[in-house]
Amino acid sequence: MQCDHCGERPAAIHLTQIVNNSVTTLHLCEACAAEKGVQTSASVKNFPLSDFLASMGKGAAGNLPALAELSPCAFCGATLRDFREVGRLGCPHCYASFESHLRDLLRRLHGSSQHVGEVYLPPEAAGRSGERSELEELRDQLRRAVEAENFELAAELRDRIRVLDGH
Amino acid sequence: MAIDLSLLPDGGISWADASGPDGHIVLSTRVRLARNLQGTAFTTRARDEDRERIFEEVVAAGRGTRSLGPDAAVFRLEELDRADRQLLYERHLISKELAALDAAGRVRPGSGLVLAGDVGVMVNEEDHLRLQSLYSGFALPRAYGALERLDRELGARLPFAFHPEFGYLTACPTNAGTGLRASVLIHLPALVLTKEIAKVLQGLSQVGLTFRGLYGEGSEVVGNFFQLSNQTTLGKSEEELLDHLGKIVRQVIAYEEQARQVLLRDAPSVIADKVWRAYGLLRYARSLSFEETMNLLSGVRLGVGLNLIPDLGVYTLNKLMIFSQPAHLAQLAGRPLADPDLAVARATFVRRLLEEDAGRSRSQAT
Repeated sequence: MQCDHCGERPAAIHLTQIVNNSVTTLHLCEACAAEKGVQTSASVKNFPLSDFLASMGKGAAGNLPALAELSPCAFCGATLRDFREVGRLGCPHCYASFESHLRDLLRRLHGSSQHVGEVYLPPEAAGRSGERSELEELRDQLRRAVEAENFELAAELRDRIRVLDGH
Repeated sequence: MAIDLSLLPDGGISWADASGPDGHIVLSTRVRLARNLQGTAFTTRARDEDRERIFEEVVAAGRGTRSLGPDAAVFRLEELDRADRQLLYERHLISKELAALDAAGRVRPGSGLVLAGDVGVMVNEEDHLRLQSLYSGFALPRAYGALERLDRELGARLPFAFHPEFGYLTACPTNAGTGLRASVLIHLPALVLTKEIAKVLQGLSQVGLTFRGLYGEGSEVVGNFFQLSNQTTLGKSEEELLDHLGKIVRQVIAYEEQARQVLLRDAPSVIADKVWRAYGLLRYARSLSFEETMNLLSGVRLGVGLNLIPDLGVYTLNKLMIFSQPAHLAQLAGRPLADPDLAVARATFVRRLLEEDAGRSRSQAT
């Protein structure tokens, strides 16, 4: 549809007016509408509320989760939207489900996303690692015993290592 | 079910005995570690039966530890009435959230407290486990040492949720990583009186620390008591976090001591009058609100710290602080109390304890 006024540019504004009890609709392009003093989205921009709404719109768009983030956590069913609403994640798996988002958030909150504190060993691994470190300790002792040519001790250590190592 | 606090060897208030380091300025040191179990939704999203199971698992695991042991006191909060839950809250043993003290407060099924001496575990707070230790005075290494052992013992029995990059996983990302929050409850009246406190508090946020009121998160500052604690929990080791907090608290103590000297130097008679007036009001008033009591106690505590009020023990002041809270006064009276009775009961209690203390020091003097 062409502009009713200039007949050149495509009409962007559709102005419905009631004049003398009859309804007329005017189709105008942006330039001609501005010339006629009709407020357009371009001219409305100077109004503070529109700035406000525009910024809200931007904010909302910025907050719209990417497609991958729309899918809920496979374990607990929580979504990123839930998290934004209550400020709490649903379960430990959420950290994997929303990994990239949370990494960014953790960096903003803590200045880093890399844990450098105590490393947790789950109950079963804790037992294994206990044995492993004992094994390492014995191997160390064996190496020192061989270096010191204390072969009696070395033989004893070798036997203990064999037992622990499961040979 | 009414709580029998005598179940706890020290009534759960050994943290207030003023025996710890810097007890004249630092009331207590608290450290907590947030932990969650693998394979279960976090507390707020878990089902009632999950929370019940977690409670049972934590209690069972705790029995096998040396830190808690078979004799630990176990409280199932659903079985306690509101007054008793408030009692635990007033003793700083459980959080407001766990105690469900809000008007519409409903106790979350499965929420509980396991307590043995200075260490304990809040179960099904925001996180499945909140390991905590509470010590008298400025005692970060001691408080963390006890907690580290409890953490190791429980972690060997329960599978904690842990991620190689993000560390211990918590319901709120602000606690992830170490899950560690250490806080020091510190009394800073001279910094408040000299109006230096704003600068100090501002400085705290610049060095990654934060402050809260008497009861921790979301609570107001009462009686010039501030809880200073680490803001971040990830990207630094436990030792670094504790060391940093410790250094800053040490500095704040030095500032407070400086400010006290300035007060003594520039306005000795004003300060002496202020602290004795506070003492006089506490000693003779017939009705006291909690806030007024806390503010007067702050003045008296300053007077004791400056040796202006001799022969009054800091422990007495700490006891006054704890026992003048509503649930404690109600327990003492053996019935629910509301104002104006509550304010009268408070004034009566304060007066009696101060009279006893004064009588003791008189008899020691003769």
